This record gives sequence, structure tokens and C-alpha cells, in this order.
Amino acid sequence: MADTQNKEVDQISGVETTGHEWDGLKELNNPLPKWWLYIFYATLVWAVIYWVLYPSWPLVTTYTKGVLGASQREEAIAAYDKGVADRSQFADKIVSTALEDIPQDQELLQFALANGRAAFGDNCAPCHGNGGTGAEGYPNLQDDTWIWGGTLDDIHTTLLHGIRNESDDARFGDMPAFGADELLSREEIDQVANFVASRAGQETEDGVDLAAGQVLYEDNCAACHGDSLEGIQEVGAPSLMSANYLYGNSLDEIKAQIANPRNGVMPGWEGRLDPATIKSLTVYVHSFGGGQ
Amino acid sequence: MSADTETHEGEHSEEWFASAKKIYPMATHGLFRRIKWALLFITLGIYYFLPFVRYDRGPKAPNQAVLVDMDNARGYFFFIEIWPQEVYYLTGLLIIAAVALFLMNAVAGRIWCGYLCPQTVWTDLFLWVERQVEGDRRERIALDKEPWSFSKVRKLVTKHFFWLMIAWWTGGAWVLYFNDAPTLVWQLLTFQAPMVAYMWIGILTTTTYLLAGFMREQVCIYMCPWPRIQAALTDEKALNVTYRWDRGEPRGSLKHNKKLEAQGLPAGDCIDCYQCFQVCPTGVDIRKGLQLDCIQCGLCIDACDNIMKKVGKPTGLIAYDTDENIERRLEGKEPVYEIVRWRTIAYAAIIAVVGAIMLFTLLNRDFADISVLHDRNPVFVEQSDGSVRNGYTVRLSNKRRHSRAFMLHVEGMPPNTSVEAVGADSTFAGRPIIEVGPDTTREVRVLVSSPPGEKMPHSTPVTFRITESVMGEVVTANDTFKAPGDS
Repeated sequence: MADTQNKEVDQISGVETTGHEWDGLKELNNPLPKWWLYIFYATLVWAVIYWVLYPSWPLVTTYTKGVLGASQREEAIAAYDKGVADRSQFADKIVSTALEDIPQDQELLQFALANGRAAFGDNCAPCHGNGGTGAEGYPNLQDDTWIWGGTLDDIHTTLLHGIRNESDDARFGDMPAFGADELLSREEIDQVANFVASRAGQETEDGVDLAAGQVLYEDNCAACHGDSLEGIQEVGAPSLMSANYLYGNSLDEIKAQIANPRNGVMPGWEGRLDPATIKSLTVYVHSFGGGQ
Repeated sequence: MSADTETHEGEHSEEWFASAKKIYPMATHGLFRRIKWALLFITLGIYYFLPFVRYDRGPKAPNQAVLVDMDNARGYFFFIEIWPQEVYYLTGLLIIAAVALFLMNAVAGRIWCGYLCPQTVWTDLFLWVERQVEGDRRERIALDKEPWSFSKVRKLVTKHFFWLMIAWWTGGAWVLYFNDAPTLVWQLLTFQAPMVAYMWIGILTTTTYLLAGFMREQVCIYMCPWPRIQAALTDEKALNVTYRWDRGEPRGSLKHNKKLEAQGLPAGDCIDCYQCFQVCPTGVDIRKGLQLDCIQCGLCIDACDNIMKKVGKPTGLIAYDTDENIERRLEGKEPVYEIVRWRTIAYAAIIAVVGAIMLFTLLNRDFADISVLHDRNPVFVEQSDGSVRNGYTVRLSNKRRHSRAFMLHVEGMPPNTSVEAVGADSTFAGRPIIEVGPDTTREVRVLVSSPPGEKMPHSTPVTFRITESVMGEVVTANDTFKAPGDS
């Protein structure tokens, strides 16, 4: 340590050393200006002032609150409440605006898309996928195939009431089980399936009577799926002239669907989600690119 | 050890911290003083009045020549308008500034510190005020020692009043760069300016007052990193403010040295008058040689030259000179001045290259921009007719001051590809036309569908090209078109 009685002065600089020595190197004592020290003291004073003004010291079950009453938790809650209040203005406007007018209003559209995106992730994504591309049995909302219609109003109705659920307002369409209920023989199912596949541009099996299949189609299927396989959205009978069958386009999948059809169910969201959110979802799903 | 520590503790503050010694720089006159006054007028003149210079950019655009418009995220410098994504120009300027500092140092030491640094310029101005109110060095030393009196209080109040006025004006000018200057001045006068303006004026008034009034040379010695860097960068060929000890030593009073000369003994030209020390704004004795505290302002040169003229000796005992030349003189050689050498050429070349790149990009930059973001989920969508659709978020920027229409074309796709921009204003030959407002951007969703029956590869490189309708300006962005299949 510094020996104040016996100060050592560096030969070259003429400056006193502190007496500290490391491997032969000695530290010169060029004193710092006092204001530097005072700034350090000022920061200490500042810290004490801060303790008094703001929440700082943790205690056993609580903490010092500070005299200013500052609270980040309360600020966050206030910000959240403000967000809800700001949102409610738009939500009210969404409810009072006709569906087809929402995309015309840029501000309203931005809100509807953001609101719709959030609600879609929470409620729809489990079946329809994060990006709305669906999965086998769960319709792809991105493409241009719409079983129950792809206009804003159609989408809105489907969202409100759902499909084939317990509600009386739900969309309902029931494809008969042609095989399980023995309405058609196995050979007849092969024929009609091959006919449908041939019209949809899919590969067919050799040696199957397509003409017989056409007759069977007209007798059994055309009532719902249309004379030219275009489908009828009112009864939820999908177009068969599509590359995007809900239950698959291969011949085996077509046969399976005719023999023992799966009739998928979608819940209705009226009552579960507020009207503004359902409308936002409608606009959001419509904006995917397949909307009509 | 314990006894040792005790003595030690008692003297801690005494030993390791020292009160800053107050410096009373004396007034001087001469070439370098005149240069400093001229630069002070020019630099402060630019700083205080530039916000009021107008530059017509047409209607709906700010007409302030130099403006940083935070609200609208634009920077203006006369004919240049910078968008936030173009701040790399600032990077270029900073590179040039840094290398220019190195170049200045290689040529003539710390001319930045001595003449141009805001700390120096404002300190000079504050010192001038101090001198006007309290008098020169001797009077100021005497005044500080005087007991309190009405006249002392009056002088101090006057000085601090003018200091605060200058400091306030400094802060006031700063905020004018961030808003329309005449409007803001009126708002400030009528107390209707935004709170943030008053806050910044307050902050800069305080820093100016403290740094130029009180901290002064302490900023240069203890806060600024440049003296350390400069000391490492300087070399024996750089012109620094130098005491020519080869000529000055041995120093002594005029009488003493004359006596020595009469006896035929060696006598230097330095008469040990301490004028160089007394005029120094950082309290340096230049005769100790080049040192960190010296900002190389040249005022000691003026002071010394004045004395040398009085005593009838040649001027330039203190002058801009190099270490090399002192050595050469001692060896009896002629001094050499090599301003052009590999070091200065290299710095100048870097500045020229960076400057040229910046100028080139500035003159050739586009006034439109396009950025394309491919949908992440889903990457592609298979349609009922077998075609594949890809979705993109496309942002168009129009940097002109009028509305412009852009025609969008996607290159690299097979014929009969459908390109649809949601909300496009119209189409031409199947290509969407998108209108973008003046000086703004517009985001559109673009849906590209491959022709039905066309088997697309897993990934197709595509180019989004926008063509401006009137001038034909073309900007492109690259992306890919994805389809099912093997990668």
C-alpha cells in the first residue's frame, strides 16, 4: 500500500506512484478531478431519492411502494383497458356496418383483419390449420372450392350456425350411405365412382362401364350434385369437377365416400363469439384469396 | 499494515482526487486568434440560422432546407430527401467524418479540437462573455479573491445571465431542426409548442451552460476519447503545435540570457515569460512538449510571436512543426514538410471512395421501390381447376411528390399466369395497375395463379417488376413461386 511517508516519484514523468506494483509495473498517481467523485456521490443521492419516490425494496411479503404511487402493473392494466376501449369503437362500427362495406373502409378492414387473425388462431386453426389450408375432411379455406358458398354472406352464415350440429339453424346436408345402406351394389359403386373420376379428370380403372356409371349418377347423385357435377351449394353438395375433394380425389377415396360417406361437423359460433368477431372472421377468411 | 492503512484512509480524497484548478486564459491577438474568431462566426452562424433557410419542394412538402421530420419519418437536406430505410447515407457520412478526423490529424494534429469542436467553439464564446463582463486574466483572478460586494454580485449575475441566454438559444436552435422553424418559434413564444420541444431546450440549455461555462477543458481532458486516439495516431511528420526547444533552450529571463550571451555561453530564445501558459485555454505549458491536455488551438503561437516581436527576435519559437524537423535542425539539416505522404494519401483515398459511392448511389437511387414478402402459411394453394396459387404481400413506395400509378408484372411464370392485386385500381392487358399516393407507400396483396394444367416445379424464381406509367421508371424484386412436388 501507499507509504505516505516515503513517496516514490517516477523518474520519467515526475509523477508520484501509488505504490501499487504488478510484475514490476507501477501505477502513477494522477489524481482524478474531484467533480468526478462528486458525480458518483450524486448518483448515490439519486438512488436514495429514487427509493423514496418509486417502488424499489423487496420486503418479505410486499415491497416499498414509493410516494409517487407509480405502478407498472396499474399502467399495464390501464393500457389494456384503453386498448379494449379503443377496440370497442371499431367493434361497434363493425357490427353496424354491412359486411360488404367493411372491405371498402381501409381502417375498418385493417381492424377486421387483425381481429379476425387473432380469433382464427384461437378458434378455427385446430381444424382448418394456422394458414386456413385445412386437412383431409377439414375444408381448405384458401382455395376456391366452397361447399356452402364463398361469398361474405355465405361464410358469415356458416360461421354463425355451423354445419350438421345440434342447432336447428345449422347448415344441413346428408349424403346417403350408398354402400352401407345397400342402395347400390359394389359393382355399381365402382361404375359411378369411375364415371365421376373420369369427369373430374382423374385416372379411371380399365374395363369399367362408364356409361352405366353415368346412368347411375343421373339417377342417384344428380339431384344434389347437379346434372353436370357442378354441385349445389344450398344443400352442401360439393362440385365434383374439382381437384380439391374434401375427402380426397383418388378413386379409392371416391368409392369410400360413396359407400360410407363421412359427413363432417362444424360448430356454430353465434353465442360463443361476439358478433363483431364473427364478422371480422368472415372478412378475414374471405381475404385469404378464395373468397367469392 | 494497520497503522499504514489508517494514515492512508485519512488522506484518500487528498491523494486520489484533486480539485480541478481553475484556469484564467488571458486574451491574445494574432493570426490564429483571427482564424478562431472567423470559424466561430461561420460555425455558430450555420448552427443558429440554418433552420430558417427555406427550400421549395412544391406543395404539401416542408419548405425547410434542413429538417428531420420525426412524425413523418423523413429527413430533408436541400434537394435530398431521406426515407428511414436510407439512413445508410448517415453511416457513409459518419465514415467520412471519422476518416476526415484522421486525415486532419495526419496533416496538422488536433485542428478539429482547436478550431471546430463544439466544445471549443462554445467555450471560446463563453470566455469572451466572461472577459467582457469581468475583465481579462488578472482582473478575473482578483475578482475571485475579492470579498462579496455589490459590484462582484452584479458582475457574476450579468455573466451567468448572458451565459444562460446563449445556452438557451443553443437549445432553442437545436429543436428548430426537428420542426418547421418559424412555426415553432411562434409556438415557443406563445407557449404552445409541444412539451418535448421545451424538454429538449431545457436539456441542451443545461448541458451548454455546464459544459461551456464550468467544465471547459475538463471535457477535453477527462471525457473525450479523441485525445487518446489522436495520441496513438499521430506521427513524427504531423504538424503539431510545437515549442522549438532546440531554439528556445536554455531558457531564462531576457536579462539573464543576455548576460550568458555576453559571456559567450549558450542561451535560448525563450525568455520564460509564461505568456504561452497564460493564454492557454486548457492550462498547458506547451514547453513540456506535445501532451494530451493540449487542444492545439495555436493561441500560444500568437502570444509567443507577439513577445518575440517585442524583444526583437524572430517569431515562430512556438509554431506548427513536426518532431522530425526538430531532430533535423539539431543535426543541422533543413526542415522538411511532407503533407502528401502515404498516410494522408490513404485517408484521402478512403474519403474519396466512400464519397464517390455515396454520391453515385444518391444520384442513381430509385424514386420508387418494391418489396415482396411471400406468404409463409400456406406456401401455396391448390385450386379446384388444378392450378396453383401463391400469395404475396407487396409494398410499393412512391418517393415522388405526386401520385403515381405502377403496372405490376410477374416475370418467370408460364404464359396465361393470372396476377391479381387485391384492390388494384385497374388492369392493363391482365397486369394490375396500382396507384400510390404522393411520398408514401402502399401495401397490396398479390395472388399469382399458375395456368390450369401446367405442371409447376417445386420452386420457380420469379421477378416482380413495377413500371411507372408516365416516366417508365422500372423497379424489380425477386421471389419464388412454390408448387407441390419434389424439391
